[in-house]
Amino acid sequence: MKILLVDDSKTMRNIQKSVLTQLGYTQIEEACDGQDALSKVGAYRPDLMLVDWNMPNMDGLSFVKAFRQTNKTTPIIMVTTEAEKARVIEAIKAGVNNYVVKPFTPDLLSQRINETLAKAQAAQNAAA
Amino acid sequence: MDAQYIKPFIMSISNVFSTMMQLPINVQAPKVKDSASVSYDVSGIIGLSGDVVGSVVLSFPKETAERVVSLLTGSTTTSESPDFADAVGELVNMVSGGAKAMFTGKKVSISCPSVVIGPGHKVARQTDAPTIVIPCVTDCGELAIEVSIQHADGAQASKAA
Repeated sequence: MKILLVDDSKTMRNIQKSVLTQLGYTQIEEACDGQDALSKVGAYRPDLMLVDWNMPNMDGLSFVKAFRQTNKTTPIIMVTTEAEKARVIEAIKAGVNNYVVKPFTPDLLSQRINETLAKAQAAQNAAA
Repeated sequence: MDAQYIKPFIMSISNVFSTMMQLPINVQAPKVKDSASVSYDVSGIIGLSGDVVGSVVLSFPKETAERVVSLLTGSTTTSESPDFADAVGELVNMVSGGAKAMFTGKKVSISCPSVVIGPGHKVARQTDAPTIVIPCVTDCGELAIEVSIQHADGAQASKAA
């Protein structure tokens, strides 16, 4: 399971990495903004992405829209301070599969990761 | 400044500190900041734009900031550490993001954070709104949120006058 963390804050990436490591995921790549992520997804081919919204150069929503033009299936969890309902709807419309509002507990992030991967697996099985 | 904009910051900082660091925070009575007074040694700064404009500063004495950041990162972090400013920026980002989500019916965007480190600094603000200081006390020491925001139409009227 390869996971790409997209967040301009190294502190936040480290916190997420710590949760993922506790869940047993160790193949983790990092990107510091949407542009960096776009440059990495082709070669890295992640199975899951955790994406922040507010980032310099290219924000998370723009990244998701660009990524979804060529990839409809890789699950994406938006992890952001953007908590307004309108923002959540905007993200879901852009192709985000799940949503975590910062601040979050490790338990909440773990739960969202597990449910997102389970849904993605179920969709994959149904398509097979 | 409209008092409806202060309560969200009080709720948000309590939520951020308890959720991310299990650190209870004792929020004291907000007060208007004297324009001549300086902030603490370390300040995380975020700008707000949209229906509400202005800035939010999360300011700490250096020792308090080091203790709080160490709790957030899970390892001892000093103000000399390369990731110190990043962590302070992420804290003000979470506090501001959580607060603006409580601005009912307002469309507001927040900037990427900036961080100033150094004793005796003053944060210059571009709005005419007074700065409200919300003092806070934690087991890591004291800190403050400085909120200087106003309705966008109020800011435009001030510029036109």
